[in-house]
Amino acid sequence: MNRIDETFSRKSRTNSKTLVMFLPAGDPDLATSAELIKNIADAGADIIEVGVPFSDPTADGPTIQAASQRALRAGTTLPRIFEMIREVRKEISTPLILFGYYNVFFNYGLEAFARDARQAGVDGLLVVDLPPEEADEVYPALEEHDLHLIPLLAPTTSSERRHKVLRKAGGFIYYVSVTGVTGVRAAVPSDLAEHLKQIKSETALPTVAGFGVSTPDMAREVVQYADGVVVGSALVKTIAEAESREAGLNSARQFVRSLAEAVSPG
Amino acid sequence: MIMDQSEHKTGHFGPFGGQYVPETLMPALEELEQAFNYCWADTHFRNEFDKYLRDYVGRPSPLYYAERLTRHCGGARIYLKREDLNHTGAHKINNTLGQALLAKYMNKPRVIAETGAGMHGVATATVAARLGLECDVYMGREDIHRQAPNVRRMEYLGANVLPVDTGSGTLKDALNEALRDWVGSVQRTSYVLGTVAGPHPYPLMVRAFQRVIGDETYEQIARHENDLPAAIIACVGGGSNASGIFQAFQQESQVKLIGVEAGGSGLETGKHAASIGGGRLGVLHGSKSYVLQDDYGQIKPTHSASAGLDYPGVGPEHAYLHEMQKAEYTVVNDQEAVDNFDLLCRLEGIIPALESAHAVAEAVRRAPRMRPDEYLIVNLSGRGDKDMSAVDEFRNAQKKEDANSE
Repeated sequence: MNRIDETFSRKSRTNSKTLVMFLPAGDPDLATSAELIKNIADAGADIIEVGVPFSDPTADGPTIQAASQRALRAGTTLPRIFEMIREVRKEISTPLILFGYYNVFFNYGLEAFARDARQAGVDGLLVVDLPPEEADEVYPALEEHDLHLIPLLAPTTSSERRHKVLRKAGGFIYYVSVTGVTGVRAAVPSDLAEHLKQIKSETALPTVAGFGVSTPDMAREVVQYADGVVVGSALVKTIAEAESREAGLNSARQFVRSLAEAVSPG
Repeated sequence: MIMDQSEHKTGHFGPFGGQYVPETLMPALEELEQAFNYCWADTHFRNEFDKYLRDYVGRPSPLYYAERLTRHCGGARIYLKREDLNHTGAHKINNTLGQALLAKYMNKPRVIAETGAGMHGVATATVAARLGLECDVYMGREDIHRQAPNVRRMEYLGANVLPVDTGSGTLKDALNEALRDWVGSVQRTSYVLGTVAGPHPYPLMVRAFQRVIGDETYEQIARHENDLPAAIIACVGGGSNASGIFQAFQQESQVKLIGVEAGGSGLETGKHAASIGGGRLGVLHGSKSYVLQDDYGQIKPTHSASAGLDYPGVGPEHAYLHEMQKAEYTVVNDQEAVDNFDLLCRLEGIIPALESAHAVAEAVRRAPRMRPDEYLIVNLSGRGDKDMSAVDEFRNAQKKEDANSE
């Protein structure tokens, strides 16, 4: 069974919520990313999205753009990310999802990509710029290697499109809670509850919400309506602002622990 | 038309094209496609579009026989399709006019655009002023420096020019930033994309708004010649002016369609912007096409003296025409473009855009090898007033290099 499905079925048995953390791979280098992933998993992240840097991240705000640039300058490539994950996988069982832009995966070769990702210990793939209309060419390879393609829904998605997206969905649904790019925002959007209610009435898959969630309070609010919450830019900021690598690891742990506590009290 | 109806529906040209965008934008693309399909079939819309093209843009643009250039080359005769004479000085306005009218139809009070050389930005700012739309134009910091006069023009026209510092500060980065803006503002904003690249429906829609260039040319030929031209030559960055003039001739197998990409310092140096000549299949800015990228799928920085061609991708239909061998794509480097910029200034009294000078260069290469009873048509896509400082800069850099090597 795919680790993503295992995680959600365990969560649903205990009636608890899922904390998904996003971390850009290779920022500032892959060795640090490996340590961060282990620490974040240990601090209570249920699923980790590993960001694959792209030179032209059109759906990302300034925080993740800067992180991607740092990662690329440090020589981060997809083969090296696979190596890093292979090492990390020896120590953690947390589901790992690659999160990125299509060109980097497409360029690797879809069959080779799916095979190498699975071998490294990846469980799913989230491609920001691959709507279901264009996804047909990736499904065969992903299915063969038991990788989920996590679909995205947005506040602008019509009910007609929602059906199209949900029909092909696997793993869970990622609801992009804001009409905009990634980045820290001050409050949870007022239409979140309504949108999530609608989605949950149309699919049995778990639904997590992300984009803009930056504090434990916001995360707590989001999981009132969703099965889980994604936090990304706020973690990247926390790490980038730390004075040393050690301090970065520590503040990442603390931040994730506070989020985990808020999402699944006790 | 080279596609059947089913291809039209999803916006693919063979293996190229498509809609590789974040989910947030998919509904906006659907809305745009519906609006375009409705309006393009609507007589009122078409009449309004045509009226503006005639009375505001100044169409038809002349088909001009470049007699002194022809004599200079010897061989085939050379004609210029004078898109440089349009209002705002380039072919870009044909498209911005169409898209701004669509924005009005969709009740979007605001338009945004990306610009490289500034011509598309100026053309967007112009029609936005005329139609009473708010207008924000994203422009790379490097291009703002290279194309200062166009920045002033946009400001006079009431647009905000928003500098883009990310990446290389050129056209692709401006496009990234415009897309980010649109992801967050899609309910009240229409994105006026400047070329036949980007996600469906842009390649088809921009081509439709630009096809007036080729349709006019086809009609105008009869006043000068008895036969069809041996070749049509146009520069290709994203490829909108080429697409616009190619269409009317796509069924004519005796007419060679030639697209000219920007060779920068030369293909062998890696410093160029020739996506067909030096790129690989990839996905950039919403469509699958030839893309300049490294071994790991990261987009490469591009180099061209002409800001309007300085782009690492190309419209999906050009990729398809190349693949099907229905058009031929060549490369002209900076040096040759600047030389032919000079040539046209001196021989014809026409200052061409550096982009268009690439197409002129290809004609000047070919004409001497052809018979005098054959003729070529160059799409002179824009005027070059904006480029004088870029040409100066290129020459100064060259002088420095020469001095260093001595």
